[in-house]
Amino acid sequence: MIMELLHEQLFQLALIAALLVGLCAPAVGTFIVQRRLALLGDGVGHVALTGVALGFLTGSAPVLTAVIVAVAGAVAIELVRARGRTSGDVALALLFYGGIAGGVMLMGIAPGGSTAKLNSYLFGAIASVTTQDIWIIAALAAAVIAVVAIFGRELFVLCQDEEMARASGLPVRFLSLLIAVTAALTVVIAMRVVGLLLVSALMVIPVATSQQLTRGFRTTMLLAMLFGVIASVGGLVASTYSTKVPPGAAIVLLALAGFVLALAVGRFVRRARTQESTVSERPKLRVEEVA
Amino acid sequence: MSETAFAMTDGRVSFDGKAVLRGIDLTVSPGEVVALLGANGSGKSTLVRALLGLTALTGGRTLVYGTPPGRFRDWWRIGYVPQRLQVGGGVPATVREVVASGRIARQRRLRRTSPADRAAVSDALEAVRLADRANDPVQSLSGGQQQRVLIARALAGAPDTYVMDEPTAGVDAETQQLLADTLAGLVLDGKTVVLVAHELGPLEPIITRGVVIREGRIAHDGRPPRPEGDCARPGHEHQHPHATETIPGPLTGWQGEPQ
Repeated sequence: MIMELLHEQLFQLALIAALLVGLCAPAVGTFIVQRRLALLGDGVGHVALTGVALGFLTGSAPVLTAVIVAVAGAVAIELVRARGRTSGDVALALLFYGGIAGGVMLMGIAPGGSTAKLNSYLFGAIASVTTQDIWIIAALAAAVIAVVAIFGRELFVLCQDEEMARASGLPVRFLSLLIAVTAALTVVIAMRVVGLLLVSALMVIPVATSQQLTRGFRTTMLLAMLFGVIASVGGLVASTYSTKVPPGAAIVLLALAGFVLALAVGRFVRRARTQESTVSERPKLRVEEVA
Repeated sequence: MSETAFAMTDGRVSFDGKAVLRGIDLTVSPGEVVALLGANGSGKSTLVRALLGLTALTGGRTLVYGTPPGRFRDWWRIGYVPQRLQVGGGVPATVREVVASGRIARQRRLRRTSPADRAAVSDALEAVRLADRANDPVQSLSGGQQQRVLIARALAGAPDTYVMDEPTAGVDAETQQLLADTLAGLVLDGKTVVLVAHELGPLEPIITRGVVIREGRIAHDGRPPRPEGDCARPGHEHQHPHATETIPGPLTGWQGEPQ
């Protein structure tokens, strides 16, 4: 059935969407993982569902309302992270539940709305991507790549060591919000491709895969972007062979298969590396001092 | 560059109602090499963090080159060496990438990395003898080597003042000596250094001023206190600050020979 749906132009649109998502999600994901916020994408994804439902309720494009609500959610998460220390993860969890419940509730209220309509946002519906969607996705993708290109150097310092960033005079609060908002934009881009429930997978898995094989931050990011594109395009193509293969799930499972492979290869490479460099010292235990 | 690097007046910090710094007056002039000494929990690390504005004062005030930390703009003048390297969420970073991040306060957004940046990074790597590890992930380095990466990161920025939080803690003798040599070079260049130390070790000859912190107050400020007796034994665990030990004595056992 998907094959029949995929007239040539539809497939092209889907391909462009998959390509953009595969490129953007791991680029942002590298910073997010480095900042120990791997679940940020999940959180924003849940919140974005409320945005989608809001679109149905108000009769505007769900992608646009999702952007607005996801950005607001990301800012809220960042503020919670920066303020609270111990209750941070609980606050995040509350936001997750609120996002899903809000989405389902608004969808129920929406005229002619049924939660079945949310399915394509929860699990992705790349085959139904429209030209308008593609323009929005392309614009968001350009914004995401621009942020990484312009602020990459500063974001690296921030995500590596926030105190260092502050002691270097970087605008820490601005950069923190920037990375959160960029993550939110990425979530919305990826929403149509892999679905809100699997968005975070494309931000995290390619990075986890890449870091098995690399030594540096920049190479990790570039390789993760390559893996992201391979997974998203590969998953999309795989789904055209059988109507029973949902593209979103295929993309994520392909990315996971890549991770398992990289895990094995990485272990092999590292073993070879440690054997060749006998001079390298073992890390010593350092006694922590609280003063 | 005749301004005062740091000036804290009646600096107070408390965490959850517990006073950690209880009225610190400290001025660091250019060219000084100040060691902040004290037992665990005396507040010396909090003091350096407060000097940099990383920990907000709950009372009093502090100035960095004449400006409160929140409004200070010339952060390239400060080279901060934190207690340990943060390796983040597991994304690898090469030694060169981390050292190059020390240039960030001198770099403009949208401006590409310049040849001067690259030269400064290479020089810094040479100075801490890690040039051959430049492309290795920092995560694969030992504690002492990671400490050297942090020092190289500060060196790369060529600041006027270095602020080091326990640069010698848990570090091998070779790295301690390397740090001492590097600092001696910086002192010759007229740089200012503020460092937190548990024991001075090979740094002792270059320290011009020792400030002993005890229970959040300055207990001694002047010549660096000399270790003696049991305290001079290498590896001695300091359970008390050398508050009153101002009598200079022979440094028997201080440099590390067994007793």
